[in-house]
Parts: sequence; C-alpha cells; structure tokens
Amino acid sequence: MKANGRVHKYGDNIDTDVIIPARHLNTANHKELASHCMEDIDTEFIHKVKDGDIMVGGWNFGCGSSREHAPIAIKESGISCVIAKTFARIFYRNAINIGLAILECEEASDKIQDGDEVAIDFDTGIITNVTRNETYQALPFPDFIKEIIAKGGLLNSIR
Amino acid sequence: MGMTMTQKILAAHAGLDSVVAGQLIRANLDMVLGNDITSPVAINEFEKAGFSGVFDKSKVSMVMDHFTPNKDIKAAEQCKQCRTFARKFDLDNFYDVGNMGIEHALLPEKGLVAAGECIIGADSHTCTYGALGAFSTGVGSTDMAAGMATGQAWFKVPEAIKFNLTGALQKNVSGKDVILHIIGMIGVDGALYRSMEFMGEGLKSLSMDDRLCIANMAIEAGGKNGIFMVDEITKEYMKDKVNRPYTVYEPDADAEYVQTYDIDLSAIKPTVAFPHLPENTKTIDEVGDVPIQQVVIGSCTNGRLSDMKTAAEILKGHKVHKDVRAIIIPATQKIYRECIKEGYLDIFVEAGCVVSTPTCGPCLGGHMGILAEGERCVATTNRNFVGRMGHVKSEVYLASPAVAAASAITGKISSPDEV
Repeated sequence: MKANGRVHKYGDNIDTDVIIPARHLNTANHKELASHCMEDIDTEFIHKVKDGDIMVGGWNFGCGSSREHAPIAIKESGISCVIAKTFARIFYRNAINIGLAILECEEASDKIQDGDEVAIDFDTGIITNVTRNETYQALPFPDFIKEIIAKGGLLNSIR
Repeated sequence: MGMTMTQKILAAHAGLDSVVAGQLIRANLDMVLGNDITSPVAINEFEKAGFSGVFDKSKVSMVMDHFTPNKDIKAAEQCKQCRTFARKFDLDNFYDVGNMGIEHALLPEKGLVAAGECIIGADSHTCTYGALGAFSTGVGSTDMAAGMATGQAWFKVPEAIKFNLTGALQKNVSGKDVILHIIGMIGVDGALYRSMEFMGEGLKSLSMDDRLCIANMAIEAGGKNGIFMVDEITKEYMKDKVNRPYTVYEPDADAEYVQTYDIDLSAIKPTVAFPHLPENTKTIDEVGDVPIQQVVIGSCTNGRLSDMKTAAEILKGHKVHKDVRAIIIPATQKIYRECIKEGYLDIFVEAGCVVSTPTCGPCLGGHMGILAEGERCVATTNRNFVGRMGHVKSEVYLASPAVAAASAITGKISSPDEV
C-alpha cells in the first residue's frame, strides 16, 4: 500500500472540534461532514484538498471528543494519510477502525512543510519527501493492527 | 510483576491471569454506551456489517442527550434512528427526552456502572465511571458497533500514572479545581495512552461528585482512563444503586507506575483554564480582569446535585450581572427534581438565571447558549477549544461551579470569596 500527495500542515493539539465542529454533527453523511472538514482553523482546506493529499500534524493530533465523524471527514475529503508526532488515543483507534491510514513520525512532522509533495510506503513505514529529497522512518504498526487495516477496518475483521 | 487497578480489570475481562503494559487484548464488556451523535454512525456500521442482534440487551445504553430536546430537523432524525434501533432490539437502557439525563451523570445514578466493570462508550467522557473503580474509556462509533454486536473490544494494556492524594480540600475548592490543577501540571497529552490512577489518604476528602468530575476530565490530559481506589464512600454510593455483585480491585504493592505525582489537596486553589486548551490554567488570584458575557453551569463534568447546591448557595440573594446570561443545566431529571425540592431552582430564577432541562447543548456548541464573536463564557464544562461553544473568536474559561456562580454575579472571572 502506498500514498502520494501534497501536504496540508497543521500544529500541535489539533482537536476534533476544529476537524469537524459539533454544530455539524447532526448528520452522519460522510460527504456533508467532509464539506466542513477543518473549517474552524482553515476555511480554505476543503477548496485546496485533492484526492490522495496528506495531512501532517504535531503532538496529540485528534485530541478531544470521540467523534468518529473527525477521521471520517478527513478520509472523505480525500486525505490518504495523516502523519503526526503522536495521536490522541481515541482518534488513533477510530482511524484504524475506519481504515484511515495514520503514521507516527516525529522527524517527518518537524521537517515536512505545508505544500511539500510526500510519498509513503506503508509496508516499510518509509516517508519520502519528494520536494526536499529527504526520507523519514515511521513507527510500524503492531501485527494485530495491521490485520485490522488489511481486512478493511474493524467490522470486517471481526465478522 | 504486579498489576495496576486498570491492568487487573483488563486481565479479568480478557480471561487472563495477568497482563503487562503494551499487551494487546480482547476484553469482555459489561456496558456499551452511545449518544444521539455517535450512535447513528454506529447503527449505520452495525447494519452495514449485517449483524442480526446485540450481544446483551441489558448491556447496551443509548442516551439522547447531545442535541436534545431536538435542536433541529436533522437532530430529530438522528434521535429517531436511535429510537427505532432501540425498539427493534428491545434495549433495556434507552433514555429519551423525559427520562434521560446527560449520559455520564445518568449511568452512575441508575446503577448501570459499578466497581470492577469494563465499559466502553462512544463518547470521550466515558472515562467518568472510573470514579467508581471501573475501567471505563471512550471509543468511537465503529468500536461501539462492534461492542454492541460481540460484547468485546480490543485494547492495548496501558502504562499507568499514580496520583497519590494527601490533605483535604479547602472551602470553595472542588474536584474541578483538582483536575484542572493536574491538567495544568501535566498538559493535555501528559497522560497520553496511559491510565491515571488516584489513591491515597486524601481520597476521604473527595465526595463521589468530586471523583466523578476528576475522572471525567482524565481524557483532557490524554488519559485512556482515570480510576479511583474504591473506599467506603464509593461503596456507600453504590449501595442503593447497584443491584448486582461488583468486584473491588486494588493495585499490587509492586504494580508498575511510570510516574507518581504527590498532590496535597489542601494546597489547591480555585483554578481556571484559559482559552484554548484545558492546560492553560491559572489560579484564581492570577486571573486578572476578565469581563464575561455568559456563564454555563452544568455538563457531564459539573451538572450534579452538589454542583447545583454550590451554585445556589453562592447565587442566593444576589442578581446575575446585567451583562451576563447565566444558564444552569441540572444533568439529569432526578437532579432537576432535587433542585426543585431543595429550592435551588427558585434561587436560580430569582437571581436571573435560566434553568434548562438536561442537555449537553452549549458544552459542545450544539445549542442552548452559543457564543457570538468576541464573547467570553465561564463554563463548568470540560473543553475550551477554538469554536467549542460557538464563534471561532469566542472564548471559554473552564472553572468550578463556585467560580462560575461568583462570576455570574460580578460579570468577570471571580473568586467565590468576592461575593
């Protein structure tokens, strides 16, 4: 599995309220949720994002509410992977459970800049910054989690 | 190697003699919870996966509390979807307008959670039930769907941080100040992926409402769960609520804690978290002059009877400042009724507050108290992120019911000692 795209970069403690504000949680429609993704910190995001793009955050990405609407909105907007130094734990498991790729990598989070072109090889965990000609090594997932991802999410893995 | 309280509960629910931090396990669940925001997503996934039933209709709770009484047509449709699902599978614990309350105040009140149990909820503040000595944690809707179908969830066994409490709380200081103090000290990711375990002789100065408030905000430090040692106060609380046997787990003497914090409760002052993170704390003597336009007293963090009592005692005989809207939300119908009986509602209305039926409403910027651009609110809620209660240029200051009530009177962030 591979990903390749332009980076949308944000800071530390990106919370689920800015990823998808609660005022839009009166729907479970994925496309409608995606149309409001990131709107409280970046009103341009939904206009700029293209299929396959990559989101980069700092520490504690996805903190706050347990709303699965947050990784759903990010995934549905076209983002192929989120890279951060750390993820808040509920966001981490939600992303895995719904099949949104995420990687923890401090170096990548520090060195990748907004707009960089980045390629990811999920089998090796190697993140290549095409724009800067650099590579970074992300932490690999435990086998248990790889299995959930390989089967296409939690519900497929337990059925 | 010994185990922490959390590790013991997880081991018991995974059918194992012992577990170690980092181990991935599948645990049996005693309760699976969802609300009107998260359940629809779970129901969609549940139906898409083709499950034919829930694992145990007495162990699934759905509480219509976030956008209720329905704030708009879409919210009404979401509740309708939950109601239809609950009736189809004959759920014992479906709580709708009329008998519902804010979920994390309601479940302990109804005796649906107890010491030693393993609970997941599709709501981040599910960690509240650790106050009763349970392992309880927030998950997403897909986990909820899987939990409803199979009665199980996967967990990575967490490392733990010990909070050794000593001393006793001063007047006008409550559980809210304790947890804000802790989050200010360790940061919003200070307990990331870890359990926060509270113990020590200081426990005896903390009421169940204090403990529920502290455990409730463990997530605001990134914690997987917060859990309290069970003592006589816990047992007394569960006595007339929990009608099934429960198990008390204590940490082993050689349990591994990656960090230990000694907290002298008597040294904690009223504490306020400034925008836009719960870790941006100041003690009340450091806040300076911060005029406000709204006060909210309620939520799963501070909408319990003792919170209402504190607010009523401070507001009694005073008027809300002319520039302030004060919104008071008892967390459950039972608490609401107690407030009527005790005369608190009369005090609130006489002072110029409005009193709402139970709802999460303003806490997450849903309804019942949304802020305009540039407005500031002192709230007893749990998050003060950008745009949390309304406009992206509004501000939420997190505080105790005592500070919120005092601030409603003065029109600026104030100590209860000032009024």
